[in-house]
Amino acid sequence: MSEQVPPTTQTEAEAAASDEAAEDTPEGVTTGASSVVRALENTGAEYLFGVQGGAIMPVYDALYHSDLNHVTMAHEQGAAHAADAFGIVSGDPGVCLATSGPGATNLVTGIADASMDSDPMIALTGQVPTDFVGNDAFQETDTTGVTDPITKTNYFAGDEDTVGDVVGEAFAVASEGRQGPTLVDLPKDVTQAETDVEPGEAETPDTYNPPEEADDDAVEAAADAIAAAEKPVILAGGGVIKGEATDELRAFAREYEIPVITTMPGIGAFPEDDDLSLEVAGMHGTGYANMAITHCDVLVGIGTRFDDRLTGGVDSFAPEADVVHVDIDPAEISKNVHADYPLIGDAGRVIDQLDDELDRRPDPSDRYAEWREQVGAWKDEYPMDYATPDDEPLKPQFVVEVLDEATDDDTVVTTGVGQHQMWAFQFWTYTEPRTWVSSHGLGTMGYGLPAAIGARLAADDDQSVVCFEGDGSFLMTIQELSVAVRENMDITVAVLNNEYVGMVRQWQDGFFEGRRMASEYSWCPDFAKLAEAFGARGFTVADYDGVEDAVAAAVEYDGPSVIDFHIDPEENVFPMVPSGGKNGKFALKADHLDQL
Amino acid sequence: MTGGLPGAAPDERPHPDGRRNSQGVRIDPEVEAEPEPRRAVLSATVKHEPGVLAAVSGLFSRRQFNIESLTVGPTEDENRARITLVIEEPDPGVEQAKKQLEKLIPVISVTELEPTASQRELALIKVDGEAPDQVQSVAEMYGGEAVDASQETVTVEITGSRQKINAAVDTFRRFDIREVVRTGTAALERGAEQTQ
Repeated sequence: MSEQVPPTTQTEAEAAASDEAAEDTPEGVTTGASSVVRALENTGAEYLFGVQGGAIMPVYDALYHSDLNHVTMAHEQGAAHAADAFGIVSGDPGVCLATSGPGATNLVTGIADASMDSDPMIALTGQVPTDFVGNDAFQETDTTGVTDPITKTNYFAGDEDTVGDVVGEAFAVASEGRQGPTLVDLPKDVTQAETDVEPGEAETPDTYNPPEEADDDAVEAAADAIAAAEKPVILAGGGVIKGEATDELRAFAREYEIPVITTMPGIGAFPEDDDLSLEVAGMHGTGYANMAITHCDVLVGIGTRFDDRLTGGVDSFAPEADVVHVDIDPAEISKNVHADYPLIGDAGRVIDQLDDELDRRPDPSDRYAEWREQVGAWKDEYPMDYATPDDEPLKPQFVVEVLDEATDDDTVVTTGVGQHQMWAFQFWTYTEPRTWVSSHGLGTMGYGLPAAIGARLAADDDQSVVCFEGDGSFLMTIQELSVAVRENMDITVAVLNNEYVGMVRQWQDGFFEGRRMASEYSWCPDFAKLAEAFGARGFTVADYDGVEDAVAAAVEYDGPSVIDFHIDPEENVFPMVPSGGKNGKFALKADHLDQL
Repeated sequence: MTGGLPGAAPDERPHPDGRRNSQGVRIDPEVEAEPEPRRAVLSATVKHEPGVLAAVSGLFSRRQFNIESLTVGPTEDENRARITLVIEEPDPGVEQAKKQLEKLIPVISVTELEPTASQRELALIKVDGEAPDQVQSVAEMYGGEAVDASQETVTVEITGSRQKINAAVDTFRRFDIREVVRTGTAALERGAEQTQ
């Protein structure tokens, strides 16, 4: 009689199936762990980067029913960097997860990296059950203690009824005001405990009130200084991008025709193909940017913390300039360089305030004309250049330029740390915010590949992602290539392989009389073969002729590809301001270092 | 080293004379202007929750602020605690300390107290007990009292300004001090003024 099964029975079967599904997917919060997951869902998070493990298993179990996309990374450090890069490219906090003990400590480098660069990120770590805490239990680490100096704030979540709210608060704190990483430590008994308390809206605590607008009198005084200046420059830091103030910055600089320098985290805040752009200042910044900083009379720093890689020796930094400093974090004001005109507030709002004030004064841009001419002369005098005869070993700068040519303006570039990182910013022309993803403050080798994974998921599908790595840097997190292959991520990795830890070798040659202790990396594997072993595409290029074809093939390939460029092993990064030196005394070649 | 860029050598370029001091303050090249440290009393109200003191002390140690004393205790509001911090820093350092402290999420407010604020410290001084009468009279001179006496020792409690405690400790040296413990400064603004 089976042929006569009435349609209603089918409906019942469907209903039964959907009941079963409903049982699999509980609607309400049932445990601390499901409250954590609900809190993440409420914030609009899409991706989580993590590695599973004992103490975090209840959260993973709760994720089983969630629509959140969990990306399993090969190592927790990769999870943290991926989350960090996701935050940089998307503007929303990236989320990483790890278990207690080694899982949590493996996140530490990535959290510290995000902290130094003020990147929005939230880390969730498993913890041993509350009763075991403090007893040196298996896989126990005092995670809040360890991460206290490298998080904006952190939480030990001790109560299943409030754990969701804590996660929400951590998310909100990470993204408001000066952004930064937060961490929530989740004891296993708390995540396992039953609760039906739904987390409330994610909000910052009432003690946290980042300033919005700068004080009017201070704005007026700063506008007076800018209007009276003859040699002003704007120094745009990462805060301009994080504060979504690039439009305001661009309009402001162009209206008053003030030359713009960026810091490295500020790359993309102002288009480098604009006449007013002097690109990046600092240790390996352009000669013209460093000349302009050294000779300006008013320096308008926006969203920068005046890191020593930017300032060189602070006693010789912008020695003739009055400093206008716009920052949302009052603690940055006069921390490294004294601010003559402190403007505490949101970057975009304060730029608008300055603009309104300047509009009430006669247009000062004519007065700056002579200065712009001088800056232009420095551009001619200190061009960024490199030698490319065919018979020389391949120059890394050429590789960067070819990749730049082969991709669109909105391509996201990630890098590791070292010489390749410097060439990647010096010889690529950045025009858009959130297209430069690098480890600045902490200088973490191995950042590039996991960052490319986070960036890939945050970027639009039609945006390319290019990762520059050095041979030494790439080797540090190369295992994440397995993730890129598994997720079939369209990432092009360009290894600028000189068989050295190049920056160390450069310093050894420059400052340690050529004693190349531990910097020779001739033992590195064949990266193209290794890429193939992981399941990615691999290319090896050793001369000029092969560059364009390999780049075209790698960019074209829909998936992860690695091009191992065997570059001139002795090539160095110039200009260079030695550590603690004067920005105006940058070396343009090796023998200049002896004069400094 | 290969490579290199065109352009004038470092010494062929113009260089300005101006400079800044180690605190990044622009100064007259003729004048040495390194700021002198001063004693500052900071009062912070914080959320009364675990970990706040660790966060505060950790902040100060990793930024290498020179802490003279740090005291903490509950307030009239059971959800809040007050931390009194005494530091010795030049002015820019004092400002940094305040701002860094304010950045901590559980910190509600931070103020620097006037030098005229009520500042008190408690000390317990344990001395040899050979002359208990004399110890007691010295203690009374400082408005203190003996709080413990044994065959061999007398322990005296003194409360007052830091200077008074210093003077008392000096005076008690004649009895051969065995141990001293001090609480560090607790302070409040004078009069009706609220200590934020």
